Amino acid sequence: MKILVCIKQVPDMESKFKIDSAGTWYAKTDLAWRMNEYDEYAVEQAVQLKEQLKEADITVLCIGGDQVKETMKKALAMGCDRGAHIADDAAAGREPLQIAAMIAEYARDKEFAVIFTGMQSQDRGSAQVGLLVAEMLGLPAVTTVVQFAYDAGTVTARRELEGGVKAVVKMTPPLLITCQLGLNTPRYPTLPNIMKAKKKELLTIPAEQLLKVEARQETVKIAFPEKKGGGVVLEGDVADLADQVIKILKEKTAVLA
Amino acid sequence: MKILLIAESREGKILGGSYELLAFAEKIQAESVMFLVGGESALPSYPGKLYLAEAAAVGEYNPDVHRELILAVVAAEKPDMVAFCHSSYGWDLAPRVAYALQAAQVSEVVEVVDGTFMVPVCNAKLRRQVKPATALVVVTLQAGAFGSSEEPAGTPTVEKISATSAGRVEFVGYEQAAGGGVDLGKAQVIVSAGRGIGKPENVAMVAELAKALGGEYGASRPVVDAEWVEHNRQVGTTGQSVSPKLYVACGISGAIQHLAGMKKSEFILAVNTDRDAPIGEVADVLVVADLKQFVPVLTEKLKAR
Ligand SMILES: Cc1cc2nc3c(=O)[nH]c(=O)nc-3n(C[C@H](O)[C@H](O)[C@H](O)COP(=O)(O)OP(=O)(O)OC[C@H]3O[C@@H](n4cnc5c(N)ncnc54)[C@H](O)[C@@H]3O)c2cc1C
Ligand SMILES: Nc1ncnc2c1ncn2[C@@H]1O[C@H](COP(=O)(O)O)[C@@H](O)[C@H]1O
Repeated sequence: MKILVCIKQVPDMESKFKIDSAGTWYAKTDLAWRMNEYDEYAVEQAVQLKEQLKEADITVLCIGGDQVKETMKKALAMGCDRGAHIADDAAAGREPLQIAAMIAEYARDKEFAVIFTGMQSQDRGSAQVGLLVAEMLGLPAVTTVVQFAYDAGTVTARRELEGGVKAVVKMTPPLLITCQLGLNTPRYPTLPNIMKAKKKELLTIPAEQLLKVEARQETVKIAFPEKKGGGVVLEGDVADLADQVIKILKEKTAVLA
Repeated sequence: MKILLIAESREGKILGGSYELLAFAEKIQAESVMFLVGGESALPSYPGKLYLAEAAAVGEYNPDVHRELILAVVAAEKPDMVAFCHSSYGWDLAPRVAYALQAAQVSEVVEVVDGTFMVPVCNAKLRRQVKPATALVVVTLQAGAFGSSEEPAGTPTVEKISATSAGRVEFVGYEQAAGGGVDLGKAQVIVSAGRGIGKPENVAMVAELAKALGGEYGASRPVVDAEWVEHNRQVGTTGQSVSPKLYVACGISGAIQHLAGMKKSEFILAVNTDRDAPIGEVADVLVVADLKQFVPVLTEKLKAR
């Protein structure tokens, strides 16, 4: 079985963000980069599926500049077999339709039985790319999956709904799944696997070869939201902070009566 | 300006987000029509035209068929915009519809400014202003961003629609969240542990503070997903919604799905090493500190009172 996993490299959300010179995205300097959290679940599920089937071949795909290869190596060390790096320095400015179009163009003639994506990216967060890939390839797709099982040619998945309710669905490959937090427990790559990953195929394909659609939307600008919450910010020595907090709680709440 | 609102129902009940769509239509002063897969016994309070497909016939979750139904309504009504909730139903359907209509889709809209849309980026630390290039636009709206979800008045004029195709995804049924355990809803004080606690051993620290304040402890999702804390203590859209007298968020960034479950708390205290964490937007007091140092000290001082 051929499996495709799509991953995105994103900055750590605890970073101090700055705006880039064009004013349309965050500046890429001074950031710590990692695999989009949702995509870690996608990679893990692909690897678990391979372990179950014994015979499977997992391609991990990522669109971005050269630096995304670092994140791809993590996916390879987790157990993906080969990497397809779609080289695109302008990836951050592409809209989901274009990202999806590149993935679909790459996947079109490769007969992947299952495609895993994250439910959303942590930075852009459109929650569109996975479904658009499915639409472009004519595949059935289910989003927000928190449980995945493959048995005798049928996939049973649980979609998470609001309030913790789940919808149980069944379908047959080829298909696409978008992975939600908690789907599994993503493994940490072991040292031997990190070494092995260095020898795995990591093919680079220029974006121009795959990108054939125009954007249907543009970013006018990006900005810090105005601070609406007028809360107090306290900093300093923890003992002083604790005293201040107790004083405030006494004044403002009834819980320390 | 005409807008098609995609309402939602589950197990025969209209979901509140449906009325937020209506508030959105009013806000942008658009004429609206509504689409719902549901039942005649539970119609939304809506004073306009409602295209209704029977859930009993087409299924409550059946994306292929729901898309076809919506496309048929779009063909008949020719709206300028199609609006979904940014919910498990909406984000699952909107890209399928937008793709078929060759329309721009803008996800998780929180504001409309002169025909452009504001959407959050990077856990709401930034905001992006988006301009669609297509005449027809598909949007999903962030829960709670547009007015309350109070029920408006009115009875819709119903036009029934149906589909003949079956869809490729078989919906087997719902599974309810396991009940039992603590009822966070009853607690006056809730102290929640987020990923910032770093390791499972530190749950105890948060639980201790909760005890010293006479309350219960809760958690954000990653802490529950990692099985450090049981699911019935999870606060947020996919956990519980709480509004205690005091909510203390320890090492919680303040993602929208967490905020949705606790922002109505009377008083919010946040402890976070990141001064810019979005939790600061709803917190009455943000203590910028390492919780591992601050929380035990606060607990001791409270106990010593
Ligand atoms: C459909 C959907 C539903 C969801 N439902 C829920 C839900 O019901 N509930 C929920 O909580 N989430 C939910 N989420 C997940 C949500 O988007 C966030 O990923 C999650 O809330 C993040 O949890 P967190 O704040 O604990 O972790 P993070 O976002 O990783 O934040 C950790 C915080 O801890 C701070 N920190 C780190 N170290 C320390 C320290 N030593 N001292 C003090 N602070 C520190 C960091 O600065 C950071 O702000 C949902 C997501 C989706 C897509
Ligand atoms: N640049 C990218 N390269 C590869 N996959 C991506 C990229 N951007 C988004 N994706 C995939 O699409 C999912 C949803 O992203 P988004 O639509 O941006 O929220 C992510 O979780 C990834 O699986």
